[in-house]
Amino acid sequence: MFEAILLTVITASTPLVIAALGELVAERSGVLNLGVEGMMIMGAVSAFAAAQLTGSPYLGILAGIAGGALFSLLFGFLTLTLVANQVATGLALTILGLGLSGQLGESFVGMPGIKLQPIVIPLLSDIPFFGLVLFAQDLIFYLSVALVIGISWFLFKSRAGLKLRAIGDNHGSAHALGINVVRVRYLAVLFGGACAGLAGAQLSLVYTPQWVENMSAGRGWIALALVVFASWRPWRLLAGGYLFGAVTIGQLHAQAFGIGVPSQLLSALPYAATIVVLIIISHNRRMTLINTPASLGKPFVPDR
Amino acid sequence: MRLELQKRAQVSTLFSILSPLLALALTLVVGGIMFWALGKSPTGALYTFFVEPLLDVWSLHELVIKAAPLILIAVGLAICYRSNNWNIGAEGQFTIGAITGSILPVLYPEWHSPMILPLMLVMGMIGGALYAGIPAFLKIRCNTNEILTSLMLVYIAQLFLDWLVRGPWRDPQGYNFPQTKSFQVEAVLPEVLDSGRAHMGIVFTLLAAVLLWFMMRFMLKGFQVSVLGQSARAGRFAGFSAKNMVWFSMLLSGALAGLAGISEVSGSIGHLQPTISPGYGFTAIIVAFLGRLNPLGIVASGFVLALTYLGGEAAQLSIGISDKVSRVFQGLILFFVLSCDTLIHYRIRLIFNPSAATAEAKN
Repeated sequence: MFEAILLTVITASTPLVIAALGELVAERSGVLNLGVEGMMIMGAVSAFAAAQLTGSPYLGILAGIAGGALFSLLFGFLTLTLVANQVATGLALTILGLGLSGQLGESFVGMPGIKLQPIVIPLLSDIPFFGLVLFAQDLIFYLSVALVIGISWFLFKSRAGLKLRAIGDNHGSAHALGINVVRVRYLAVLFGGACAGLAGAQLSLVYTPQWVENMSAGRGWIALALVVFASWRPWRLLAGGYLFGAVTIGQLHAQAFGIGVPSQLLSALPYAATIVVLIIISHNRRMTLINTPASLGKPFVPDR
Repeated sequence: MRLELQKRAQVSTLFSILSPLLALALTLVVGGIMFWALGKSPTGALYTFFVEPLLDVWSLHELVIKAAPLILIAVGLAICYRSNNWNIGAEGQFTIGAITGSILPVLYPEWHSPMILPLMLVMGMIGGALYAGIPAFLKIRCNTNEILTSLMLVYIAQLFLDWLVRGPWRDPQGYNFPQTKSFQVEAVLPEVLDSGRAHMGIVFTLLAAVLLWFMMRFMLKGFQVSVLGQSARAGRFAGFSAKNMVWFSMLLSGALAGLAGISEVSGSIGHLQPTISPGYGFTAIIVAFLGRLNPLGIVASGFVLALTYLGGEAAQLSIGISDKVSRVFQGLILFFVLSCDTLIHYRIRLIFNPSAATAEAKN
């Protein structure tokens, strides 16, 4: 029983963690991309379509990543090349993504999906209690853990990560040092898009293997809140993601048991929790200021 | 080849006017290509989408009904965005305004007084303003990002409405449909003309747009909005309070969204039901930008976006394309508007030989 709940918590948390990780990297480079929801839903529809057409959920994953990444290029072109307002462009990306995915996915509505099967790791999965929970999961879960470790190493231990953080903190100085600010930001935005797409693929291939319009249901926005919650640190983000996953699953189980509370109140819990968490985190003004990438959301036009 | 931006010495007046038109033209081109890709005749589909709805009286009324809430919400949002407060939860404020405005007709269906309608409108505005007050309060007191909080409150407001109309406010004689009793005649917004359904909501809308245009153009408050939005530091030196501006812009936009909510429910639906808006609160964001955050520009852009809703319905009926196409068009418009706005501040140069250009710049 407890094991089963833990499994569902992991499934609910994985897309949040992956999407938020991508956004974390983009924001560390100083780009605020509010289009996570749009990139995620584009990833979900691409993944579902590719899996249906080819019969392989793994090609679906690749299509999801590509869908999210391609879509993020649109954001990159507007905000990095044309220096458009990042907040407004992010909103545009979300609105366009929700519309376009609805249009593209129309013929897939109601089709039974193809579920990504778990990969059981021999020996490790035999460990009592934790074995099945952690080592008999699907590929996307393993990827999410690898991403946390990889990004944490990249940002704080590698030279390229140092450059990326430098750009996020002061793009003027980074430019003066000869770092190509726009190129690095393009790569960061692309990575964010790829992660959001992968998270979307998880939704339509693992979480609920089917295509439903607006199936991301605000998860992209929760991922954005998670980045603030984690104060731009990958490991804290992992913890936060699982906290949110637990709230989501907790309310589902509470609904199933029919504890005399309206189901709508329980459904509102993840959103309310997001607000509460933002309040707790933002309350400490100094903490937030220290951690926020200083040039986050600010336009950059190289002077030559 | 590379794109390079060159800052203009002065903001280009020409492109300030041209940019929204250019954006619309580009949207039509891409829309035509999209219809072609769907196997339809591009010109025929565009005609069905953007011209046919303008040809008969019935759909002109529908256009006004859809434009009214869009413009009303968007003029409020424009003040927010001008002052650098990013309220994107207008959809939630619209919903709460509709709920608080409906308290009287739902709880006192036997009350037949001409007082009821003005009271409903005021209560709708108060509800919307209070709901927008939550992210404003959190931004001021806790330094919380208003984008995320106002958006999360949208989901909560929609779930609250869902609970109300399925639970305590459900009409017991409603054959189990999740909706409230139909409002009494006195609680229904009257129609503007005898020829169709368009209701008084459009009058409030135009009034609000003109008043806010006047404020932005001729009043100190409007100047404060612009100064604080462009540079909070400059505003502080001038003695303007950024905190008061957060309150002012958020409460104002919340109140207008609330008014739009109760007007929609009272004027065009006639009762509360789980879904009362086809995403007006989000589409209004596009309206605000297409109108270049200018209240009078927003009146024009509101009608354009209202047309995308009608066009979507028309396209679905007559050429068998899903009405999701409207959302795609709306997204495209916003994208092109944002790209074209670059031309106002920058000159775009295409550089074919980057190294030569850099050398030239150095000389």
